[in-house]
Amino acid sequence: MRHSRRVGRYRYLEDVAIADCAIELEGGDLDDLFATAAAALAAVMVDPATVPVTCKRRLALEAETRDLLLFDWLGELIFRKDRDGEVFPVADVTVAGDGPYRLDAVVRGAPLDPAHMELRNDPKAVTLHALALDSSERGWRARVVIDL
Amino acid sequence: MRLVPIGPDRFEIPTSEKAGMRVPARLYASAALLEGMGAGVLDQVTNVACLPGIVGAALCMPDGHRGYGFPIGGVAAFRTDTGVVSPGGIGFDINCGMRLVRTRLLEDEVRPRLQELVDRLFAAVPAGVGTKGFVRLRAADFNDVMRRGARWCVEHDLGWREDLDRIEAGGCLAAADPAHVSDRARERGIDQLGTLGSGNHYLEIQVVRPTGLHDPARARVFGIESAGQVFVMLHCGSRGFGHQVGTDHLRLFDRVMPRYGIRVHDRELACAPFRSPEGHAYFGAMSAAANVAFANRQVITHRIRDVFASVFGRDARVLGLEVVYDVCHNTAKLERHVVDGTEMELLVHRKGATRAFGPGAPDVPAPYRDVGQPVIIGGSMETGSALLVGTSTAMGETFGSTAHGAGRTMSRHEAKRRVQGPKLVADMAARGIVVRARSLSGVAEEAGLAYKDLDAVVDVCERTGISRRVATFTPIGNVKG
Repeated sequence: MRHSRRVGRYRYLEDVAIADCAIELEGGDLDDLFATAAAALAAVMVDPATVPVTCKRRLALEAETRDLLLFDWLGELIFRKDRDGEVFPVADVTVAGDGPYRLDAVVRGAPLDPAHMELRNDPKAVTLHALALDSSERGWRARVVIDL
Repeated sequence: MRLVPIGPDRFEIPTSEKAGMRVPARLYASAALLEGMGAGVLDQVTNVACLPGIVGAALCMPDGHRGYGFPIGGVAAFRTDTGVVSPGGIGFDINCGMRLVRTRLLEDEVRPRLQELVDRLFAAVPAGVGTKGFVRLRAADFNDVMRRGARWCVEHDLGWREDLDRIEAGGCLAAADPAHVSDRARERGIDQLGTLGSGNHYLEIQVVRPTGLHDPARARVFGIESAGQVFVMLHCGSRGFGHQVGTDHLRLFDRVMPRYGIRVHDRELACAPFRSPEGHAYFGAMSAAANVAFANRQVITHRIRDVFASVFGRDARVLGLEVVYDVCHNTAKLERHVVDGTEMELLVHRKGATRAFGPGAPDVPAPYRDVGQPVIIGGSMETGSALLVGTSTAMGETFGSTAHGAGRTMSRHEAKRRVQGPKLVADMAARGIVVRARSLSGVAEEAGLAYKDLDAVVDVCERTGISRRVATFTPIGNVKG
């Protein structure tokens, strides 16, 4: 299964942790990779096509390494799913810095609505298992496992 | 990796097979189950064998499958003086567990009201992504829930006093310390008490068939009196609260491990010495999350009683809705076990593994102490579940542990490729199983074909003696996220 959103791409890996959800991400640059990660995570929770854009939030995070920034970024979106009941398939992300790394993002989505959205899974957490984020010939690529 | 058969359905991986192994790894599996586990499980269980302070062997139960950090089905015990505590040995869903509630109702009485019963349970117990619970808590109340677990529920008329006697650890881990719980975990979890979650979590109405009464004498001790008797089984955990506790401390342990000179083969095994400030903080927060999970299953039980009383027009006590047992399968607990002839206190991690204490163990409720602790093993939504009993063999070999479920055989995406949710619901209805689910794609992911044969898992438990079959239950109604 492959999805495209701008230049970012993601696919679910099925041989990493079979009860959970491993995702391989590619982005033209780090900003795109992080935006693609948000889209991939949202698609774990809901069918993104059923999510209107009715709310917008600004987020800022900082982490000591790029891969832990990705860990914290997805963790923040999972946290907001539970605390605020909101899901964000669309994100405009800027990643800056050279250690520590800083993320500034505007995320767009909607409150979870079982009556009008196709609900999928309720992700619990981002894991450190096989977490990877590296530059590649086409930009950046990452692998992350989400506990379902 | 070299696997040495060491007895019926027991295989060992010697310490020579991976650099850094401090103890052997031991797997409880038939040849067929072992083949299904694959190389991933062998790699993960031998990674666990490398952790500081581990004693005996790193264990994998018969339902083992590849997870992250520990394999699912992993058990490991650590010395409290030199050993570690690892969130990856517990899982993010701290104290995910099973609860079995009996009734005096027979299937013939329930069948005519089954659709209504399932619909009412579906409405009463919030399930699925993003749902809020039905218990409103102030911040101070939530601290009390963290400290007192199921006891808090009973003190607030959300349970019966006698329920506490039928819950592992009495529904309250004394080590809980809310001071080590982050604001984020509190914010994430305070509205979720009384929610089921999604994935493989469920609330099921089940029946014991004549062929499901394997050990009628022990079954009677657990309140299983006759074929046709109806039961309710619950599978859920600490929800977002526990998930955040795990996340917070995993992140912290990843950072502090170098300070303690600890290196791990998988970052998800990030850990800290149990006797360190970080280890102590995690143990307090993790125990608080375990108590929240006990409370979650308790308040859901309260709702189940209300729904049954309303549908059948009789008080829940008259209907006999008594807790048979509530058992954890994602925890780390301080327990006393004998290692090389010496009894010692150990920190026993169980990740997708059930405590299975044998006859005579003081922690087994008094009414059950002569026969052993009930072990509740959840199967797939199509095929049913099982009640086993703990054994002295488990006490001697597996730190009093056994399997927790059927164990997956395929990914969620593979299951969805093979099964359509709406068709599965219709097929199950034709077989007499009423399903209400928030997500039909979630139903497809949990189809029976995605799981191992539960009988094959239980057969290994029985042949190795780490637990014994008492009864099996057939689902007739299922509520899912």
